Amino acid sequence: MLSFKELSRRDFLKICTIVTATMGLPATMIDKVSAALRGKKPTVVWLQFMECTGCTESLLRADHPPLGRFLLEIVNLEYHETLMPAAGKQAEEVLHDVVKREKGKYICVVEGAVSKKDGGVYCQIGGKPAIEILKEVGNKAALVIAMGTCASFGGLQAAHPNPTGAVGVWDVILRDKVINIPGCPPNPYNFLATVGYILTFGKLPELDDYRRPKFAYGRLIHDHCERRGHFDSGRFAERFGDEGHRKGYCLYKLGCKGPATYSNCPSKRFCGVDVWPVSAGHPCIGCTEPNFWDNLTPIYKPIGETEE
Amino acid sequence: MGKKITVDPITRIEGHLRIDVEVEGGKVVNAWASAQMWRGVEVILKGRDPREAWAFTQRICGVCTTVHAIASVRCVENALGMEIPLNAQYVRNIILCAHGMHDHMVHFYHLSALDWVDILSALKADPKKTAELAQSISDWEGNSVTYFENIQKTLKKFVESGQIGPFRNGYWGHPQMKLPPEVNLLAVAHYLTALDYQYKADQVVAILGGKNPHIQTVTVGGIALAINPDSPDAFNMERIAYIRELLLAVKEFTQKVYLNDVIAIGCLYKDWFGIGRGVTNYLAVPDLPLDTKGTRFDLPGGTIFNGDLKSYTPIKSFNDPYFRDNVAESVAHSWYEDVGVRHPWKGETIPNYTGFNYNGKYSWAKAPRFKGEPMQVGPLAQVLMGIASNHPLTMKWVNYAINKAKTLGVNLGVDDLHSTMGRHLARAIRAAMLADLALKHLELLEKNIAKGDYSIWNEVKFPKREIRGFGFHEAPRGTLSHWIVIKNGKIKNYQCVVPSTWNVSPRCEKGKLGPYEASLIDNPVVEPEKPLEVLRTIHSFDPCIACAVHIMDTRGKEIKRVKVL
Repeated sequence: MLSFKELSRRDFLKICTIVTATMGLPATMIDKVSAALRGKKPTVVWLQFMECTGCTESLLRADHPPLGRFLLEIVNLEYHETLMPAAGKQAEEVLHDVVKREKGKYICVVEGAVSKKDGGVYCQIGGKPAIEILKEVGNKAALVIAMGTCASFGGLQAAHPNPTGAVGVWDVILRDKVINIPGCPPNPYNFLATVGYILTFGKLPELDDYRRPKFAYGRLIHDHCERRGHFDSGRFAERFGDEGHRKGYCLYKLGCKGPATYSNCPSKRFCGVDVWPVSAGHPCIGCTEPNFWDNLTPIYKPIGETEE
Repeated sequence: MGKKITVDPITRIEGHLRIDVEVEGGKVVNAWASAQMWRGVEVILKGRDPREAWAFTQRICGVCTTVHAIASVRCVENALGMEIPLNAQYVRNIILCAHGMHDHMVHFYHLSALDWVDILSALKADPKKTAELAQSISDWEGNSVTYFENIQKTLKKFVESGQIGPFRNGYWGHPQMKLPPEVNLLAVAHYLTALDYQYKADQVVAILGGKNPHIQTVTVGGIALAINPDSPDAFNMERIAYIRELLLAVKEFTQKVYLNDVIAIGCLYKDWFGIGRGVTNYLAVPDLPLDTKGTRFDLPGGTIFNGDLKSYTPIKSFNDPYFRDNVAESVAHSWYEDVGVRHPWKGETIPNYTGFNYNGKYSWAKAPRFKGEPMQVGPLAQVLMGIASNHPLTMKWVNYAINKAKTLGVNLGVDDLHSTMGRHLARAIRAAMLADLALKHLELLEKNIAKGDYSIWNEVKFPKREIRGFGFHEAPRGTLSHWIVIKNGKIKNYQCVVPSTWNVSPRCEKGKLGPYEASLIDNPVVEPEKPLEVLRTIHSFDPCIACAVHIMDTRGKEIKRVKVL
């Protein structure tokens, strides 16, 4: 259960100022987020663009916190097209009201890429191109969290030759304002713990060069994979179902992209049942990395041989 | 001249959907369903390795996760004429069942229930009466007075906070909301509890799939899930036992809570068994193959035309020409260049956005047709195939539902299923079937492993010559098919005809309305500013619009021209 500490306002702001100065962030951003926390749940607006809804679905696979508690007690998620009863005009009214009422104070979560080509006709909601909605709602937010690889880096639709000119959020919104939580979809705890971090510590988590929180993306999969001992000792599976595969040997020769992928899959695993693709027997495909659909494919070709 | 109402965005679905209806005399007289997004993945698969198509196509949809991966590997296996090991079939089958239960349950409670249930009214309910009511419908152990009291307290605190999250501006107090406060409280409570049970179903999929959403153990030739009861790092007895416990818990909730809730709410809204009929041609494909070739199945498939169960024609195998030869797509009213009606192996996709035109092109979705007819797909289609073929497990749960409705004072017949509420009921019936089938296939897997069969994968080798294949899968939203042409071991063409494409289909070249559109005709609309009834009918189909939009180019053509008006 997440909670946030009742610091004195002076101490709280002191921490915020030191941290924001260290990180080179505009001091006003954190002020705006923290101001929203005075006894109330922070307002969140969740936008969905060129996406598959897998990132939203990943929240249904979390139990700390579970989605019920997240919605009822932790955040005030006022706009989310998959969940909200209001539709059409009723939904548009909510979005306009929130953006106006909470201008500069809400957290905007984006799922999906936006299209830059041809006036954005490839994705429209309520008759407006996705990119226009992102600009308006994202620019007025205190902070934008790009949820998933599509929102972070463009994702599937941006794979060669990117027919719709799909891009990630940080190609539209000022980068300093964006946190990327990539993955296809990401481990939901990467998102939930980032929100928890901000609400509890009153600052942004440390980010890498791709604006990904280091607590989730700070280590190569290869460097904390349980099969690393097999890699180091030269024990490999050569085909699915062979003796090495059954013994749980390294999947490098089957195409594993763990050596090129920053993520916490081996340590955090998925769905509370202690699995990730490698533990089940299939190589990592590198889904937290920018342009992995092109840079880290073919999936089954060992990484030493993958073309750039 | 009627009044035109546009609802955009339709919420509580997957994807971007716009619905237009023309209302006259309080009823819908015309309707248009428009898919509002196209991702242009069409050229992306061209030239890539068919063995990894499953990873790309799975990202068509994360609500319908797993299904595009399964259909994809099947179409490549079909092109290669190959069989896969029994263990691989069983693992894919358990994934189908577990994912299906998660998906159907979430659809009813979290995507649809708020069309019928008034959250604010639940605050006025008497928890004691709610418990009595709940216990009269179901013997589920969770329906205690304390349970309902606690939920009501939580709801009260939530509403009083003034920050009610996504539940703002809902249709509370709409004249079409007819449930008494106790039923509203019951539904709200189960909405929250269902979140815990759908999670357990997700966990089953994750154990078998390596992660969820977007599994990563289905692969061309079988599965990548290493099986070895004597290895610490493979699928072993502990994993099997874990799956079993989870499935037993999900079965309880699915059969005792979800199904009974749908029956009860359906009976209280029994008028809605007479609304939303629409297209009564149905298509389902058989699934849960029991052999390595795909000739015997545990879920029935076939076609029914004009609502006449006697017209039932089965689809018999993964190679059945009856299915293979009769699927085609029209783009007459879709934002693509007119290339005529095309079979998926010969289709072309050249996007051409020309704006919304009621009498012309108005959707990114193509119009699939079977023998030239629009077809409704989904759980209702599969349940009707089961009734038509006297499939024992289908009949078990259909009869259960009919008998339960009778105890609640409503006489339901098969004909009532052709409706908005019928679709919800059929989905719950299918979920109850999947609960039984999941455990059956787990046992089949276990017994096969016990025989000493640990095989999971057959070698895949592509010839240089051109080969074609198709793969089908009965997904939670209905019939899914992938179609592939491979040359020199690389993808030359790829096409998906997705269940929601069949259902969200715009008019075809013959002007026949698609299922969503046809089902809206004659729907009441009591308050045009708040067209709740439109949402009810659309949601009954369980729309998935990321799926629906035809996104695979079959010829890898670059986009030639896009007009923006």
